[in-house]
Amino acid sequence: MDISNYIYLSAILFTIGAIGVVIRRNAIVVFMCIELMLNAANLAFVTFSRIHGNLAGQVASFFTMVVAACEVVVGLAIIVTIYRSRRSASVDDASLLKR
Amino acid sequence: MSNLALGALEVGKTLTPEAVLFWILAPLAVVAALGMLFAKKAVHSALLLAWVMVTLAIFYIAQDALFLGIVQIVVYTGAVMMLFLFILMLVGVDSADSLVESIRGQRSAAIVAAIGLSGLILSLISRATIGVEAIGLKDANSGGNVQGLASELFTKYVFAFEVVSALLITAALGAMVLAQSTTTKSRTAQRDQSIARFRGASLATAAGLPGSGVYARHNAVDVPALLPDGTPAPLSVSATLEARGDMLSSKPFELEVKEEEED
Repeated sequence: MDISNYIYLSAILFTIGAIGVVIRRNAIVVFMCIELMLNAANLAFVTFSRIHGNLAGQVASFFTMVVAACEVVVGLAIIVTIYRSRRSASVDDASLLKR
Repeated sequence: MSNLALGALEVGKTLTPEAVLFWILAPLAVVAALGMLFAKKAVHSALLLAWVMVTLAIFYIAQDALFLGIVQIVVYTGAVMMLFLFILMLVGVDSADSLVESIRGQRSAAIVAAIGLSGLILSLISRATIGVEAIGLKDANSGGNVQGLASELFTKYVFAFEVVSALLITAALGAMVLAQSTTTKSRTAQRDQSIARFRGASLATAAGLPGSGVYARHNAVDVPALLPDGTPAPLSVSATLEARGDMLSSKPFELEVKEEEED
């Protein structure tokens, strides 16, 4: 098996996550798709680390994980705040700036 | 079979067990990701995403990134997915997406754009990685994967590490501030309740409701107290007990009034 298969898998997962961000309207599911994209990028980092034979890619992946954790915590807090005031977690309903 | 084993020994290729692992788990990961995309209920999406994350953790461990594999399981499938499920419970598990498009043709346009994006990424990556010889992490991991990562993290990337720690603390504080609900009116204290009782229409209950029980004979909470004229006081028993039918009659505990007159 060629090692670039891992990179292809990561690209496919990234694309699936990107579709999800565009077509899903439940804010929580959109968030999950962003997590999937971050995870796909991590897989690419780990594979590149193996290809290049040093640990820089793994360190980058580690930092991505930390930033993703922060992002999830703040993002879910925002979703809860919006849900509390509007009783809805759909991204279509948060359109106050349009009117 | 021997051909396959020989092929696996080429530089830049992986060993056969890893190929088997990959070809079993990678389709499962893609199927789970697609299922996450099309699942109607958010809980199903969350569980499928947890499966994708476990698969990725196995891939990390297979690629000599032991520390990241464990961290992936602990942080992602443990903490992050738990947080997702927790918020789903808070927001409503049954919150299914409506499948009506709000923008006409959005879904088909998204799929066309996604095919374009994946084609672009895949072609660029294949140009960059086909035929590249993987060096492997044997040398980098010679002192252990965790030790190698630690020596990178605390020498070359120590500033980034500090910045990330500041980011974590800021995120925790921000989440606390955002999730806290502010009360718009002040809580009624005991003093306010007392004032309200005296300002109320009747002063009969100003000193509080009467206690339950028939003094000297019975003092259970389900027996109404007796008023000075011998009649039971319904206010002395909790309204819940009364509604449930658990209130006893105070009749058997009433003092029999002797009609004898002393001569």
